[in-house]
Amino acid sequence: MIDWKDKREFWIAGAKIADPESERLRVGSVCVQKGRITAVVWQKAVETDLPVLDAERYVLAPGFIDIHTHLREPGFEEKETIETGTAAAAAGGYTAVVCMANTNPVIDDPSVVEYVTCRAQTTGCSRVYVAGALTKGRLGEIVNEYYHLKRAGVVALSDDGSYVTNSQVMRTALEYAGLHKLPVISHCEDVFLAQASQMNEGYTSTRLGLKGSPAAAEEIAVARDLMLAQLTGARLHIAHVSTAGAVDLIRRAKKKGVSVTAEATPHHLTLDDRLLESYDTNLKVNPPLRGVKDVEAVRAGLLDGAIDCVATDHAPHNEIDKDVEFDEAPAGMIGLETAFALLHTRLVVNGVVDLLGLVRLMTVHPASVLGLPGGRIRNEGPADLVLIDPAEEWTFEKRHIRSRSRNTPLIGSSFTGRVQGVFLEGKWQSAIIGEEAQGMKT
Amino acid sequence: MLATRGPRGRGARVSGRGKFTVPFNRKHLLGLEELTADEITTILDTADTFKEISERPIKKVPALRGKTIANLFYEPSTRTRISFELAEKRLSADTVSFSKAGSSVAKGESLRDTVENIRAMKVDMVVMRHGSSGAHRFLANFLDASVINAGDGQHEHPTQGLLDMMTMRQHLGSLAGKHVTIIGDVMHSRVARSNIWGLTKMGAAVTVCGPSTMMPAEIGRLGEGGVTVEYDIRAAIAAADAINILRIQLERQKARLFPSMREYFEVFGVTPEVLEAAPKHCIVMHPGPMNRGVEISQEVADGGRAVILEQVTNGVAVRMAVLFLVAGGSFDAGTPE
Repeated sequence: MIDWKDKREFWIAGAKIADPESERLRVGSVCVQKGRITAVVWQKAVETDLPVLDAERYVLAPGFIDIHTHLREPGFEEKETIETGTAAAAAGGYTAVVCMANTNPVIDDPSVVEYVTCRAQTTGCSRVYVAGALTKGRLGEIVNEYYHLKRAGVVALSDDGSYVTNSQVMRTALEYAGLHKLPVISHCEDVFLAQASQMNEGYTSTRLGLKGSPAAAEEIAVARDLMLAQLTGARLHIAHVSTAGAVDLIRRAKKKGVSVTAEATPHHLTLDDRLLESYDTNLKVNPPLRGVKDVEAVRAGLLDGAIDCVATDHAPHNEIDKDVEFDEAPAGMIGLETAFALLHTRLVVNGVVDLLGLVRLMTVHPASVLGLPGGRIRNEGPADLVLIDPAEEWTFEKRHIRSRSRNTPLIGSSFTGRVQGVFLEGKWQSAIIGEEAQGMKT
Repeated sequence: MLATRGPRGRGARVSGRGKFTVPFNRKHLLGLEELTADEITTILDTADTFKEISERPIKKVPALRGKTIANLFYEPSTRTRISFELAEKRLSADTVSFSKAGSSVAKGESLRDTVENIRAMKVDMVVMRHGSSGAHRFLANFLDASVINAGDGQHEHPTQGLLDMMTMRQHLGSLAGKHVTIIGDVMHSRVARSNIWGLTKMGAAVTVCGPSTMMPAEIGRLGEGGVTVEYDIRAAIAAADAINILRIQLERQKARLFPSMREYFEVFGVTPEVLEAAPKHCIVMHPGPMNRGVEISQEVADGGRAVILEQVTNGVAVRMAVLFLVAGGSFDAGTPE
């Protein structure tokens, strides 16, 4: 038997190919040579001297692209590193991530962009694109050198984690980002309304005695930025949309022709604030998990195009950070490794969206939001691919986690559909470790 | 008169003859939301019995002899801490107390490490007051010892809710069908939440009244069957059998949730004139410490309807009952002393 795993040239034969540009899943075979796709044929079997991966049970899709990841390096390597974060990405089926700028030092200077890029090249298990900070130190006061940042390689600008409270600063940032053709990703949160909040404001916050942040805190911030995007004509992307009102504002702005896109996280699409009755600090995220009606509205927005794509907001925090009183815990949960399984289980299996639709929301849509390459299965394109078993029933356990942090409320959850691994420029990285990997026939 | 016997340990309980037919099988008391009406009745009945002990010349029974209880107070408290300590001593438990205002994190040792230390020291029960809602759940998740909530953030203060109900029961008879009005800063009040859960479970109708800026989201849904929200204080107490007045904390004014103490007193302060709107038999309660001249006038605080010191007395009995029941104690009804 020829082992295709370490080969630079092989065929993936008989897979259901989820090409975002086609109408439906089609059985086909893909030839990978020297990191690129060299042939796509719509037939089950191929006659070849090259090694063949029999992929009949699997779905083959373009590698997922996450445009909202916190890799924590430099500065918070105890939570995550570029190495562990991209290993988590690969395990979740991602071949590219966009890392956010809230590191220490903040990514507000070309030297930090170069550091991250360099570390990604030497230690990364996926492609890493960098979002530069919108303002110096992410303090919302002084606009950064977008020209220099762009030359260093940033693909977007964001003070993610903080809202730019000063509207004049945000206007300037949008105007200037427009000049350099960089999209601006906004974390929308009215800091005064959300001050000291622990969760969504509603019946559950009242019941649990935790300070709530009202949906209006997000919606006010979204509304202002939409107006500034209209005023400046800049490319605005709204991060982690979580409320019905925000979805509605974005939908209406798009109708008016505002240049805006938006993302939703897997957790805001599937989990609601009632879960917080456990006081599990892994459920503390920002924006908070919202009410059931918000979850439904965010889903509806994803289906009708008000929201363009899925993004994880993978936010690692280690156990020491999270094993504290709820008030003391930092916000955030990891998400790269569970994004596909969670959404496949909750949305595809239930018929809310079809598998190809989900693949589009995780590949070509996020790529086009930030103008990134990838997200397609194309002859001569890079062989960045994900292999999925859509039928595998599995339970997500702590030992599966590749991220350096384990802050997820999904440990112990059962999923249908599992990423088997990715090909990054044709190089196989298995998502499954240990004895379970035996199931992966070669 | 019923006599107390030492705790028998979980599972070795003699099923009660007479009054105490509902066993109390909980390891922790984290809040009143999780209790059933029967369990609340068991606690209140037990507390009624324990009240007599505090009237004796020698105020001590051996019910918790050999048990170690740690009192951890991470928030300033005089009344609740002393009440628990007295309850523990009157049950012959060995106690240690620890008070440190502020979060445990800020003090250099995490609550998780505190938990590990308690475990290592083989403490049987932990009574905790903590500024973070849910801190007791955190403790109970990691600890073998029983955890008793002496107030967590803005979540619950179950023994306060119980002592309020005990006091109401003594004055009003059964709680079922009675009307109780809670006045003040409901949003930030753990006392309000425990009262709402406890009272509604016992069949009382609860009305909440206070500035709309201090009314939490969807408060009307809280409790068994919900509560009534009424912003006019006279309308709120028109049918009240009991009024429970919440303490207004000065820091809330700093947060500008109401414009001034003067204005608060004018609109929501309970004065003799306001009380004229309530039925003649209506009692006035306050969990303390009182801000005289802010949420309650001097005349009402010291007046004939106030049962505020009875609440304090009942607090010791209720805490004795809770400690006793959580430790696995039960009564052998009818056994002579």
